[in-house]
Amino acid sequence: MAQNLLQVTNLKVSADEKVILEGLDLTVNKGETHVLMGQNGAGKSTLGAAIMGSPAFTVEAGEILFDGQDITHQSPDVRAKAGVFLSFQTPEEVPGITLENFLRVAKGAVTGEPPRILPFRKALSAEMEELQMAPEYAKRDLNVGFSGGERKKSEVLQMLTLNPKLAILDETDSGLDVDAVRTVARGVREFRTDENALLIITHNAKLLEGMQIDKVHVLVGGKIATTGGPELVDLITKHGFCAIVDENGKCLMSGEDGGCAVGEVCEPAAMPGGAR
Amino acid sequence: MNAFDQEKTQIDDVDRSMYEQKGTMAPKFEVASGLTPEIIETISREKNDPDWMREFRLKSLETYKNTPLPSWGPSLDGLDIDNIVTYVRPDSNMEASWDDVPDEIKDTFEKLGIPEAERTSLAGVGAQYDSEVVYHNVREEVAAQGVVYTDMESALTGEYADLVKKHFMKLIPPTDHKFAALHGAVWSGGSFVYVPAGVKLDIPLQSYFRLNAKGAGQFEHTLIIVEKDAYLHFIEGCSAPKYNVANLHAGAVELYVAEGARLRYSTIENWSKNMYNLNTKRAVVEKGGAIEWVSGSFGSHTGCLYPMSILKGDDARMEFTGITFAGNGQELDTGAKVAHVGANTSSRISTKSISKDGGSSTFRSSVTVAPGAHGSKASVSCESLMLDSESRADTLPAMDIRNDDADIGHEAKIGRISEQAIFYLMSRGLSEDDAKAMIVSGFAEPISKELPLEYAVEMNNLIRLEMKGSIG
Repeated sequence: MAQNLLQVTNLKVSADEKVILEGLDLTVNKGETHVLMGQNGAGKSTLGAAIMGSPAFTVEAGEILFDGQDITHQSPDVRAKAGVFLSFQTPEEVPGITLENFLRVAKGAVTGEPPRILPFRKALSAEMEELQMAPEYAKRDLNVGFSGGERKKSEVLQMLTLNPKLAILDETDSGLDVDAVRTVARGVREFRTDENALLIITHNAKLLEGMQIDKVHVLVGGKIATTGGPELVDLITKHGFCAIVDENGKCLMSGEDGGCAVGEVCEPAAMPGGAR
Repeated sequence: MNAFDQEKTQIDDVDRSMYEQKGTMAPKFEVASGLTPEIIETISREKNDPDWMREFRLKSLETYKNTPLPSWGPSLDGLDIDNIVTYVRPDSNMEASWDDVPDEIKDTFEKLGIPEAERTSLAGVGAQYDSEVVYHNVREEVAAQGVVYTDMESALTGEYADLVKKHFMKLIPPTDHKFAALHGAVWSGGSFVYVPAGVKLDIPLQSYFRLNAKGAGQFEHTLIIVEKDAYLHFIEGCSAPKYNVANLHAGAVELYVAEGARLRYSTIENWSKNMYNLNTKRAVVEKGGAIEWVSGSFGSHTGCLYPMSILKGDDARMEFTGITFAGNGQELDTGAKVAHVGANTSSRISTKSISKDGGSSTFRSSVTVAPGAHGSKASVSCESLMLDSESRADTLPAMDIRNDDADIGHEAKIGRISEQAIFYLMSRGLSEDDAKAMIVSGFAEPISKELPLEYAVEMNNLIRLEMKGSIG
């Protein structure tokens, strides 16, 4: 139990009566970094949102245990207090409250104790410098008028400030230029300790550079089709999702370029472990 | 744990119970309910009116009887004017020291924080309890500059009697509408302010209206004259405890802004939710002068409030910043009116409204540009936020532009509170109530930052209070 942080069992999730996750199992232990890959529409973001408790999705079956606590039907704030964090793909604009004030309120809500203003401000500006965010962003309204890149940095800043046990990063690298991806990756690496864990949803190997990755999961049609080590990232980067095959060597996904079709056996021959 | 406790410090939490304390003191004098010439005569005698005022009242009563109820706006069916007590004199004289105000009344104002605010941040305070002003005081240094701040009754017979007579209900004649006529007949209390030419008051004057008697009306009259190149910030606060019969507030505010002068008029209206707030406010602005309205409407069962600015002189300006919060059972019809008469006049109306729990808020505005108001500019922007599907928001902007070189802009936005934004904030640990309160306060922020600090804090507290246990 000490090691086991997140345990998702047979999770079925739907939105607007459409089933998206069809009995998904996933276990993340403390001190691990997991990567979740898959084509658009495979259900990656849905999994992240469902673990956070988004009201946009309905849990039809299964359970989510977090740190020994059943959070399947808990509200998002209870999950946040338990230590779950989700970096949003498109964070909301909230006019009228500054990033700094928001984070101070959130920190107080998560820890149950309002942080003292000056030390908090100092820590925040240090983190912002680390993320190469201009100091004035602290005084700007939460995400209002932030560029795509600044929004993603603001999400990572929130993660660093709230210091959760499990951070789910939903395409935190999308929309970032090469340098910004490196900066964000550094922030994410800095966050990881033996006591917390990461679940990274990404298409981009750049974000994962220099990161110690424990497991890579490939999501197909609302289920984890295969799980492997960091080599899967290279494979998919090189061959696209065409590299993911079933036990008979047949493609589970068609490549983006239409190089092969689902169910087709294509060259080179299948590799062991469900991937070429 | 509360999201906004850290936001602004030094002010204690406000909860609604503060407003709900009913004073228990028996009034000294109360007229029978209803309206007859006899009752008007009684009020007039009781108040020692000059003759012209007694005649004015009787004439207004006649106008009232002959004027139909407005055929537009919220329903006034719940208001039985025959059963409204028009005049309630508290058992107190007008005092210049809180020590001399009867304990019962003083307690009420203490609970509302008025004497505290006077000590810390105001140049002068007036406090009205039911129909009469019970306290009036201006700082010595302010009085020494020639600023007059007194109750209307004293002004009517004192040194400024002629000035009052010259201006009284000239901007808002009793023939304007039925409740203006009613006001003319039964008005009582209110403030008279005179700021001499060139005097710029850097701290505000405040007036607080408290309607304590059950089933009564409050009809205070505020008359403010700001002379050439002078400046005044006047703050008006209103509250009442809730009774199960309708109360009526039909005050009148007349503001005269002279050439080059500027007047800022801030109101936080937090009447109880059995109140019909049918208030009329109007300003006339001479050449190069400016009127700035800041208006927060939170209370009342039904409200109709559209402060009007007449930009008479060339280059006169007006700004109206308003927020309305309509909760369960409330129908608040608010907005602003402006008439551009002088050339190169400009106006900006900017409002936000919030409705929840079946509350209904209507934004109503009227912009008129006269043929001679060449080069004038007007912009109207209103934004409505509905917190659930039971609530209602309407926008009724009217524009009448009579020349072809006016620059007119209008923008309206009506929307629901975003579920995704609530989820976002909750995912950072905020409870649902706190997340909603943060979104609503943020929505209101452009308005609240225009308010004096303690009112901004009160407004945020009111929002938070309204958000507690609201149905999402």
